[in-house]
Amino acid sequence: MDPIRTIRSRTVAMPRANIDTDQIMPARFLTTTTRAGLGEHLFADWRYDAAGRPIAEFALNRPDAAGCQILVAGRNFGCGSSREHAPWGLYDYGFRAVISTEIADIFRSNALKNGLVPVLVDEASHAALLARPGAEVSIDLERSSLTLPDGSEVRFPIEPFARYCLLNGIDQTSYLLSKQAAIADYERRMQA
Amino acid sequence: MTARTLFEKLWQAHEVVPETVDTPAVLYVDLHLTHEVTSPQAFATLRERGLTVRRPELTVATLDHSTPTDRDQLFGKVPIRMESAARQIREFESNCAEFGIELLGLTHEQRGIVHIIGPELGLTQPGKTIVCGDSHTSTHGAFGALAFGIGTTEVGHVLATQCLLQRKPRTLAVNVEGELGRGVTAKDLVLSIIHQLGVGGGTGSVIEYRGSTIRRLSMEQRMTVCNMSIEAGARAGLVAPDETTYAYLEGRPRAPKGTAFERAVAAWRKLPTDPGAGFDREIVIDAAGIAPMITYGTNPGMSVPITGTVPVRSGDGVHAKALEYMGLTAGQPMLGQKVEFVFLGSCTNARLSDLREAAGVLGGHKVATGVRFIVVPGSQQIKRAAEAEGLDRVFIDAGAEWRESGCSMCLGMNGDVVTRGAYCVSTSNRNFEGRQGVGARTLLASPITAAASAIAGRIADPRGFLA
Repeated sequence: MDPIRTIRSRTVAMPRANIDTDQIMPARFLTTTTRAGLGEHLFADWRYDAAGRPIAEFALNRPDAAGCQILVAGRNFGCGSSREHAPWGLYDYGFRAVISTEIADIFRSNALKNGLVPVLVDEASHAALLARPGAEVSIDLERSSLTLPDGSEVRFPIEPFARYCLLNGIDQTSYLLSKQAAIADYERRMQA
Repeated sequence: MTARTLFEKLWQAHEVVPETVDTPAVLYVDLHLTHEVTSPQAFATLRERGLTVRRPELTVATLDHSTPTDRDQLFGKVPIRMESAARQIREFESNCAEFGIELLGLTHEQRGIVHIIGPELGLTQPGKTIVCGDSHTSTHGAFGALAFGIGTTEVGHVLATQCLLQRKPRTLAVNVEGELGRGVTAKDLVLSIIHQLGVGGGTGSVIEYRGSTIRRLSMEQRMTVCNMSIEAGARAGLVAPDETTYAYLEGRPRAPKGTAFERAVAAWRKLPTDPGAGFDREIVIDAAGIAPMITYGTNPGMSVPITGTVPVRSGDGVHAKALEYMGLTAGQPMLGQKVEFVFLGSCTNARLSDLREAAGVLGGHKVATGVRFIVVPGSQQIKRAAEAEGLDRVFIDAGAEWRESGCSMCLGMNGDVVTRGAYCVSTSNRNFEGRQGVGARTLLASPITAAASAIAGRIADPRGFLA
């Protein structure tokens, strides 16, 4: 994994609350056995009509959304299914961070393992971001801070270990594998 | 010793390395369940890194999500119609063989929905940590096991190390007191709890369901309640083990036997929350105040009593979007809304008691013209048990389809889908947009409400059909 320090990008806004992982990645695309190419199906049922044509008014289909790496979403983003295909799809599409007032547990855990930074903000900052979709913001992971379009800076909470892994490009599997001696000890204790 | 909750006991007993400010806990996993959809990329990672499975005997695999419920496809008489699903199933079979994992495969007589067969086989036991790449793993908490859904990267962690990196969640007690009314089921209870908590109300928490109402529930009813904990955002749901739990487990094929069972029960008796132990948050629910529930919107928190009307919420954009998708009007009664599909199935409500209750409502009636009623038992064992008592005849004679087990129309991955714009009364757990098929309109309800609605061809109050 590549280390992540800062993300600077214009935003795409999807203000709806409770955007579930079935919307982010509909189940019919889950028969894939790889992580590749899921960006194509991201938000498929909101992005395309029944004939497969892009729906012009959908946020990702607006011309100014091209190249945006930061998604500002409504409260409780990523609720529902545990499918990691949701953050894989967001990352593959080009997103590097999701900002919301509330992000569902399993989605947040999955995102952090795939270089997609979940950023939790207060209601006022959220409202400011939604009011100015397309404005440029920047995320500084080292400082756990987000610079809003008006230049003001807010800090956001992020699990310290996941942040360390993102900053240093370390994957969590390697860390867990380094604990094999402790795991073997635990197994011996349980068998005794 | 300080008073501890059931959750704290489960957590502490599985800490390989406790959490610190800088690092999450390394938590040991006693049972890992896996299926075809959320594991292929995890096996691929093991292969790329040259890793093996640390404790293959602690992982049990089955096929359910993209698996056909059509008998001929399942048993190989005809090819599996969906090519991508067939490929995924074949790849899963070869992954399990390569890594030495037991697979209850396509034609195995104990195959079924992963959260149904764990308890049914006695694999699910009090005191265990249980994980699966599926959010409805919360089901197993009904036994006093700490059970939660994980992502595919974490499936790889468990395969390689039998452990997960976890931060300790908060605790939330949901105390339910009083008698549930006639025609009010465990499904109505949990829909009502989710309505009260909200779909994000449990985020960051493990719920313990407590109180006199919960104690009186059967294991199957407790599983229905714990199953939908994730629909309130909670990672896990728990019910303390008791005599009901032990009686359910005794004699199950994978449960301990004889004196080993007695020793296990003695240990399980120490699990319930100690008197005086505190929760981070508590709520109280009055069981007597709950009616049969049905959802009207596009998340499981958007529900009303079945005799109610679609809420009026002017100025609420989320509400307006949901009603637009559902084709419903604020203020309209739920009763009488025409339906085209009825689905009885899923890890929420496809156990033998669910099938019996629905068949009891159906007995002698016919499914209304224009309604397609699909019955999908939760496992092959449930299917055979239902057939042994003639439930299949009740469904078939009424005009319903009687299928092989699987997730089926709960998420429409195997081709069992609701057509665009059609209404489906469903005993499953999610009414998200497109969940049961592109443009499908899902109305979540209990098995008896589903059966009553199948007869009427409209949303119907099950209490009018009870003996």
